[in-house]
Amino acid sequence: MATHRIELSVNGAKQSAEVPSRLLLVHLLRENLRLTGTHIGCDTTHCGACTVLLDGTPVKSCTVLAVQADGREVTTVEGLEKDGKLHPIQEGFWEKHGLQCGYCTPGMMLSGCALLARNKSPSEAEIREAISGNLCRCTGYVNIVKAIEYAAEKMRER
Amino acid sequence: MATPRTSPEISGMGHSMKRKEDPRFIRGRGNYVDDIQLPGMLHMDIVRSPFAHAKIKSIDTSKALKVPGVLAVIDGPTLAKYNLHWMPTLMSDTQMVLPTDRVMYQAQEVCAVIATDRYAAADGVEAVEVDYEPLEPVIDAHKALLPSAPVLRTDKKGKTDNRIFHWEVGDKSATDKAFKDADVVVAQDMYIPRIHVASIETCGCVADFDRVTGKLTVYMTTQAPHAIRTVFALVAGHVGLSEEKIRIVSPDIGGGFGGKVPVYPGYVIATAASVVIGKPIKWVEDRMENLQADSFARDYHIHAELAARKDGTMTALRIKTLADHGYADAAANPSKFPAGLFSICTGSYDVKHAFAEVDGVYTNKPPGGIAYRCSFRVTEAVHCIERITDVLASELKMDPAALRMKNFIQPDKFPYKSALGWEYDSGNYGAALRKAMDIIGYEDLRKEQAEKRARGELMGIGISSFTEIVGAGPSKHFDILGIKMFDSCEIRVHPTGKAIARFGTKSQGQGHETTYAQIVAEELGIPASQVQVEEGDTDTAPYGLGTYASRSTPTAGAAGAMAARKIREKAKKLAAHLLECSPDDLVWEPGKFSVKGAPDRFKTIQDCAFAAYTNHPQGMEAGLEAVSYYDPPNLTFPFGSYICVVDIDRGTGMVKIRRFVAVDDCGNIINPMIVDGQIHGGLTMGMAPALLEEIQYDESGNIQGGSFMDYLVPTAMETPAWEVDKTVTPSPHHPFGAKGVGESATVGAPPAIANAVVDALAHLGVKHVEIPITPEKVWRILREKGVAE
Repeated sequence: MATHRIELSVNGAKQSAEVPSRLLLVHLLRENLRLTGTHIGCDTTHCGACTVLLDGTPVKSCTVLAVQADGREVTTVEGLEKDGKLHPIQEGFWEKHGLQCGYCTPGMMLSGCALLARNKSPSEAEIREAISGNLCRCTGYVNIVKAIEYAAEKMRER
Repeated sequence: MATPRTSPEISGMGHSMKRKEDPRFIRGRGNYVDDIQLPGMLHMDIVRSPFAHAKIKSIDTSKALKVPGVLAVIDGPTLAKYNLHWMPTLMSDTQMVLPTDRVMYQAQEVCAVIATDRYAAADGVEAVEVDYEPLEPVIDAHKALLPSAPVLRTDKKGKTDNRIFHWEVGDKSATDKAFKDADVVVAQDMYIPRIHVASIETCGCVADFDRVTGKLTVYMTTQAPHAIRTVFALVAGHVGLSEEKIRIVSPDIGGGFGGKVPVYPGYVIATAASVVIGKPIKWVEDRMENLQADSFARDYHIHAELAARKDGTMTALRIKTLADHGYADAAANPSKFPAGLFSICTGSYDVKHAFAEVDGVYTNKPPGGIAYRCSFRVTEAVHCIERITDVLASELKMDPAALRMKNFIQPDKFPYKSALGWEYDSGNYGAALRKAMDIIGYEDLRKEQAEKRARGELMGIGISSFTEIVGAGPSKHFDILGIKMFDSCEIRVHPTGKAIARFGTKSQGQGHETTYAQIVAEELGIPASQVQVEEGDTDTAPYGLGTYASRSTPTAGAAGAMAARKIREKAKKLAAHLLECSPDDLVWEPGKFSVKGAPDRFKTIQDCAFAAYTNHPQGMEAGLEAVSYYDPPNLTFPFGSYICVVDIDRGTGMVKIRRFVAVDDCGNIINPMIVDGQIHGGLTMGMAPALLEEIQYDESGNIQGGSFMDYLVPTAMETPAWEVDKTVTPSPHHPFGAKGVGESATVGAPPAIANAVVDALAHLGVKHVEIPITPEKVWRILREKGVAE
């Protein structure tokens, strides 16, 4: 099987890897780079557990090939905390009980981050739409919405 | 809500303490089974049957074995050499691990490929060639009992039909007589569809057999690690696995909801492969395997009848049910309860006579009959009684709230013995319904509905006043495969006054690391932040039956309080020793003992802990630790009243939940924030089967809801902003008055929604709509009634 040399930035750090053509981005992150915070829930782009940011845009890394990330910037949940300080969205999920089993949480937070990057004061309806590609089976979304609202407020204060 | 007894620093019961487990999850540092990577680990993938019923003529693995990276293919005959090709189910039925000659449902495991990585394993699966001869499948549960139906379980000697069991409860003749004497009788058929828990993490394991030590460690998505260890020892004892050499570890679990109680063939194949090959084997199913092959829930075909007097007094309930169990009875019920706790079907009402019967049947579908976030068939029972109650209200032209109020078991009747034999511990049903009606503005909504109806708009209001039954044991009635349903806690208080507490349960998101710490904090006054909670490792945690059926707080939580109280008793002796007084002269407040009448003379729990290791009195054992195996004297009976308001689009048939008020009563509350979170999630998993989710099969047994493309788990868009509130009626027998709550909302929500939809259509002559109430179903009704736009 053909392999390709790719270079990408993951959470701000340069990474290079020799990858088979068919290797999925989620497996590159989880198995090659051991960034296991990105989860797999369906393999078919429905559940959003594997959501990461690719050049700032949320993508489902179970249906992105690793080679498609060549030369690009990937942000995973491990990249949210900076200098030992939680990202406001992480604070929000903790403060507002926005998670239970924690499995959908990384993808959910990254979808929330992408929303807040383009909309500083989203309405509840806008938040719900932004996370509609991320399934959560535990929380009923009520507190996830509150968590993202909390983060929005914190980020506006800064 | 009562004021907490402890300060926020201690955070005992009643504090909305932020969760202790969250710092790892929000950083992506959870440790789920697929995150585990061991040196030399191999990967397993499974070949599955495309047919619902077929003879296996041959399995050709030669091409698969030539795939680079593929090391072995394990099939039924391979396992048969070790007598591991069949295994017992939790209901003492039998189920294939891998078939030797016949497959019994679509997506059944046929053989497994072991390879160096997951891609090679998947290539290997593609390259295995299986030659099938399709057989006539039995798909319709009703037809399964016809004499003409093929007998499916020919492996069972002397089996001449597809009936698994006939179970009945109640006084049939008294019930029949009450029906004869009734002024009014209503009857309704209702189907509670087959659904799937679809936890966002699928199932999987890493099996690691160490050939040198002979020790097997299995990291596994299981809600009941201790019971699994015993089952492994009993099933594989003949190949040399001995219980002290088996360690089951439940790492972080990405949602369970009952789907991670059973033992699936994949776990057993991976374990057998690790023992034979001597290397760690990882198996993680994909979503389609999860939906298509893992245990389903529900699938009850119910015929319900309710008898009443003219004034609305309910007099008798009669239910006949057909339960489709798939090809094996792999339900996760207590042994003596083949239909689980379905006999809670008299619900919140003082019905004097009742009779229920259930027939379980085999069909060519995946095995199961697990709970989908409910306590053993309670959802089926609640849907049945709450729907038929509305059918009666409609027949009598009574307001459904008034009919409920009239028939509720009154607060002074508790403990209440139900017609089907349960002793309800406590309740105040009228208070919960009244509160829900006040919050939602019930009377105003009825006026609004009348106005809208006059304008041709479709609006409905639905009520569900459910009673749950959770927290199994007591062990005299409840066991799983003979293992009694107690649960456990072991607490050790360290010399510096911090503690570790280990439990026999296993959280899958419920927040045990926080709530259990709060229980210990409440009882000992040690800050919850200084109580480390651990579960899920059978080498370290005390034996318990696990987390499902809302049993953790009623059983293991109670064990936590009891163990803490043992520690407090010993601490009292230590305090008396330090204060040079009699233990009888001491009074306790959370965190310290002081001398009666001399509050300045006190010793903290931390002082006592230090003394337990540094200055204990002669004749007393050193140390400060205790274990409790708690066997509850009864179940707990949480309850609530839910009111749902829906608007229906006459053009599309779409049901929109405008408001949903949930008033729950789970007794005394440990962490209000967590309880609300449990209810939000439960409501969403109640709405799901009411409006969206169903797994159907075509006549050949092909699954119609086998991926997230066609199995519709609610997103944030369909899910309303739930409104939740509480009443508090403590359980009189639980050590701190709590009841389970994780599943109340899943149980209570579906009939509230279904009743609201039927109410919206009632003036058109609609008496019942089957769930899931899809836009198509509603639109067909609207078209038939001539009101579709």
